Amino acid sequence: MKDSCLDCHSNLPEPLGVSAETYSQNIHAQKGLTCAACHGGDASSDDPEKAMSGAAGWKGKVERKQVPELCASCHSKAELMKKYNPGLRVDQFQQYKTSVHGMKWAKGDGKVAVCTDCHGVHDLRPPSDPRSKVHPTNIATTCSHCHADAEYMKPYGIKTDQFANYEQSVHHDAMVVRGDLSAPTCTTCHGNHGATPPGVANVTAVCSNCHVFQAQLFETSPHKDVFAAMVLPGCVTCHSNHAIKHPTDEMIGMGPKAVCTNCHSQGDGGATQAEAMHTQLTELATAISSSEELLGRAERQGMEVSQAKLQAAQARDALLKARVSVHAFRDSEVKRDTDAGLAVTRQTYAAGQKAMEEWKFRRVGLGLSVVAIAITLVGLGLYIRNLEQN
Amino acid sequence: MSSMTNSVRHWLEERFPLDDIKTLMEKKKVPVHRYSYWYFLGGMTLFLFGVQVLTGALLLLYYRPGADEAFESVQFIMTQVHFGWLIRSVHSWSANLLIFMAFAHLFSVLFLRSYRKPRELTWLSGILLLFLMLGFGFSGYLLPWNTLSYFATKVGTEIPAQIPIIGRPTLLFLRGGEDITGSTLTRMFGFHVAILPAIATLLIGLHLALIQWFGMSVPPALEAEWRAFPPEKREVRFFPNFVLRELMAWYVALGMLGALAALFPWGLGVKADPFASAPAGIKPEWYFLFMFQTLKLIPAKVVGMDGEMLGILAFGLVGAVALLLPFLDREKPFNTRRWISGLACVFLGYMAVMTIYGWVAK
Amino acid sequence: MHSASGTSTAAPEPRNAPRRQFVNILLGTGLVASAASFLYPILRYLVPPKLPDLGGDAVLAAKTSELKPNTAKTFRFGSRPGLLVETVSGEYHAMSATCTHLGCTVQYRPDLREIWCACHNGIYDLNGRNISGPPPRPLEAFEVQVRGDDIFVRRKQEA
Repeated sequence: MKDSCLDCHSNLPEPLGVSAETYSQNIHAQKGLTCAACHGGDASSDDPEKAMSGAAGWKGKVERKQVPELCASCHSKAELMKKYNPGLRVDQFQQYKTSVHGMKWAKGDGKVAVCTDCHGVHDLRPPSDPRSKVHPTNIATTCSHCHADAEYMKPYGIKTDQFANYEQSVHHDAMVVRGDLSAPTCTTCHGNHGATPPGVANVTAVCSNCHVFQAQLFETSPHKDVFAAMVLPGCVTCHSNHAIKHPTDEMIGMGPKAVCTNCHSQGDGGATQAEAMHTQLTELATAISSSEELLGRAERQGMEVSQAKLQAAQARDALLKARVSVHAFRDSEVKRDTDAGLAVTRQTYAAGQKAMEEWKFRRVGLGLSVVAIAITLVGLGLYIRNLEQN
Repeated sequence: MSSMTNSVRHWLEERFPLDDIKTLMEKKKVPVHRYSYWYFLGGMTLFLFGVQVLTGALLLLYYRPGADEAFESVQFIMTQVHFGWLIRSVHSWSANLLIFMAFAHLFSVLFLRSYRKPRELTWLSGILLLFLMLGFGFSGYLLPWNTLSYFATKVGTEIPAQIPIIGRPTLLFLRGGEDITGSTLTRMFGFHVAILPAIATLLIGLHLALIQWFGMSVPPALEAEWRAFPPEKREVRFFPNFVLRELMAWYVALGMLGALAALFPWGLGVKADPFASAPAGIKPEWYFLFMFQTLKLIPAKVVGMDGEMLGILAFGLVGAVALLLPFLDREKPFNTRRWISGLACVFLGYMAVMTIYGWVAK
Repeated sequence: MHSASGTSTAAPEPRNAPRRQFVNILLGTGLVASAASFLYPILRYLVPPKLPDLGGDAVLAAKTSELKPNTAKTFRFGSRPGLLVETVSGEYHAMSATCTHLGCTVQYRPDLREIWCACHNGIYDLNGRNISGPPPRPLEAFEVQVRGDDIFVRRKQEA
């Protein structure tokens, strides 16, 4: 499809210019759409007068406020989109209108995000392309262009530390460092086109999409009603919303790093449970590390302990479960899992001790046989001497 | 007690010429001179071979050949069978000591010139036995079916494939197919526990019979001395004097094997995965290292011919020279003895340097 | 042990007799002790150990009586856990029970009739294929063989 616009505009400087290379990355161009699809005009004509004439429907530069409706003019039409990609949704604009961005846009705000702010415009790539601004690994950075800019966000009165916080989180670590694309980014919890912060009452529902067990336990826990009454946002209360750091056993209990102390005071019912849970977890963690240390030592000394090490993995599983059971906020729940884990560590520790005893046994055995051999050698030597003296 | 031994002896005397045997045994003498200690090496090699046969037979009670069972059976021996760790570790350590001892015995015989007439066939059978021991080592190495042994066998069987004409058939013969598979394991097992032991039994029998027939050799210089001054000649009886001393040496060897097995048990490794890529820095056991390292260092093309093939042919040539050594030791047209010693020294040094180099190289 | 020397000249000297005796006893003790230290391990080795051996790649996962339709059992497969499922129609499926996301042990959900990972809500179908949630790869499927009352599981054999 001839695109005469590029003939001139690929050689012009910014902001009028769009390099041919940039434009070749554009998914719309690859599907055969020309500049005229958005800007109007006649892309087949080499005559600028004709190409950019009102008669040909020339729109010129598209203003920010016009963008959503322009994109929707194709992307909301199922009949049209079916021709290009029947799998694509066609409700993005509907969703956008329910979002905070969309609602402010509808009221005339020109600063809020429109389609092109996130998707790009001339270099617009499909979200599955790792170079796309809305590829999962890039979404947080894209949102942060506005949401981390304190000056830009001033009129809206919301914080701008979300991206900085997210960068410290375990989810960021999974997504960006480990490359786990299933890890949550901004849009996972906030939605993409219908982006809204989840209401306080809905936070648990959002987290529970992946963290099912924790959410179920929380629902049965004493915290559920208390948090609802205090209008506290479930999971976020203890774990934070953006700076979700890797949890440690120190978060539970009444110690210096514990979150329980935010509400509970020493001696109250909750504090007692919290301390009990903390003790149970650390007891199991210590038992695991001491039996693993013993097994490691035995292995380094040449003993075969692969079976026991396998079993040790079960103890780690139990600790993982116990840390999940914490969310029932009853120490009896946690105790069930830690007891199972301790039963395993008792066995693996015993296996480690057995290995060390076997190690000693071998050396004692060796010593005894060396002594027997030495006696024989001395005996032989003397016998030979006797023999040859005669 | 002695009356029982007497009646047993009497029973045997009625059937076998015990006294004649006793006289024959008493006649066997071992020369005593400054090089006599080297005479222990042959018996030591035989002793270690005996250890291999015994521990090998014991391992056979629990080992299962087969790609899906071999590793697990060795693991079973190392972890569950009582003293399985000891039997297996002794077998592995003794294998290495055996090959070292075989080389030591070879070089001592060479430098003491025991290969001279009339002992040429003893030498020949000995060289063949050395090749057999290397074959034992190579075939046995695959049996635990771990990563190291799998890839060492892969590399090791690729090398003879370079030889023109017979190379590829050799590879197919050794591998039991194109690749290293369960068939290779079965084949190596057959070599290791049946075919090589059968040939070894015959060769050892021949080797020992020839030694009995010709008696112990004495270095040429000493021979001349003793011919000139017969009273200088000193000998001890084989039974019991020399045998008792050998027993002492064998006891020391047993102690060493026990210590090595207890203090440095042989590892299991990880089960072989044919689909995984070879671990970096794979190399064969130390007794093949000098050849392996040599082949690595040869440039790809030497005077227009394939470097690796030349290397293999060179080693073949060395093997042929070794086999025919007794026939190369002559005085006409010129005295080759110095040459033989010199070349042997050079080769020994070369092996030592290349082994160390191969060991430390990445 | 007798002295094989046939060249004794005079009667044995009484001075040496006790010393000789001592040497013989020493040697005898040494030989017996060292022989015992070699024989004891060998004899113990010959007695098979009590534990059943890790024979072959096929693992006895369960007896047919242990499972009912729409239930499952976790069993040990070599160095990792495995999951054996009996479907509603009585078919057996076996697969690795280590989730391909972050390594948690998966379980069978009779209500969903699918395999579920509790850690981050990953879901696999009965052939081990990852169908929902974070898991990036399917679970390794194993071969099931029923012999009489025993259900054996082993790694799928390469063609």
